[in-house]
Amino acid sequence: MNNLQSRRAFVKASTGIAVSVLVQPSTVLAQSDSLAAVVREYAGAAAVREGRVKLDIAALVDNGNSVPIEVTVESPMTDADHVVGIAIFNEKNPERDVAQFTLGPLAGRAHVTTRIRLASTQKLVAVAKMSDGSCWSHTVNVVVTLAACIEE
Amino acid sequence: MARTLITVPSTARRDEIIDIRVLIQHPMETGYRRSSEGAMLSRNLIRRFTCVFEENGKIGNGVPVFSAMLYAAVAANPFLMFHARVTNSGTFIFNWEGDNGFVQSERALIKVT
Repeated sequence: MNNLQSRRAFVKASTGIAVSVLVQPSTVLAQSDSLAAVVREYAGAAAVREGRVKLDIAALVDNGNSVPIEVTVESPMTDADHVVGIAIFNEKNPERDVAQFTLGPLAGRAHVTTRIRLASTQKLVAVAKMSDGSCWSHTVNVVVTLAACIEE
Repeated sequence: MARTLITVPSTARRDEIIDIRVLIQHPMETGYRRSSEGAMLSRNLIRRFTCVFEENGKIGNGVPVFSAMLYAAVAANPFLMFHARVTNSGTFIFNWEGDNGFVQSERALIKVT
């Protein structure tokens, strides 16, 4: 009887451990900042409006390890009116940040191209900060067939 | 030294906007992957890239053109394309900085015709 009880107690305790181990990853994910929160943080006090920014990426991505991405912002890029910064954020990679660019009037044209990794089908946001303090954004949905590898 | 591939035109008209393409050989290890033995692969990223323009005769007085903060989501061998307005003959200086003390600097000359 005593033996049986301790065995039950052991089984109970061990399932408890197993459950806590299983639950942990999802709580870690929940703690990471949401996409909206990081966009707000980047914009600071300014309101983020849709428009003026174009985020160009294939809607269907075969290989998430290297995805060409292009951001274009409508701006005259003069000393008085230019793009100060461009940031790209994602929804489901382990980190929200993809890249942040700093530009100035000497950049001539607010247009940046790079190659990124995508871990799954998700949303991407490009945010542009102007010299007058306003912020503009463009959100794009991307379907990823082969995710960027998490394993070796 | 990592291999780099830099495309900058050698000549330009004054106030012309040119294309600049830079690529550097680097694994951009994210720190989220495991090796086949199950050990965590330590993070090894290029964190920052800068491009500065130095006019001829104004050495050490570079003007920032473009810079980038790169994160784990940037693909291996980071490639960037951006633009620059050429005001005078001079030198573009490209710098990469990253984890484990990674530092590299490259230059490209441009002549205003």
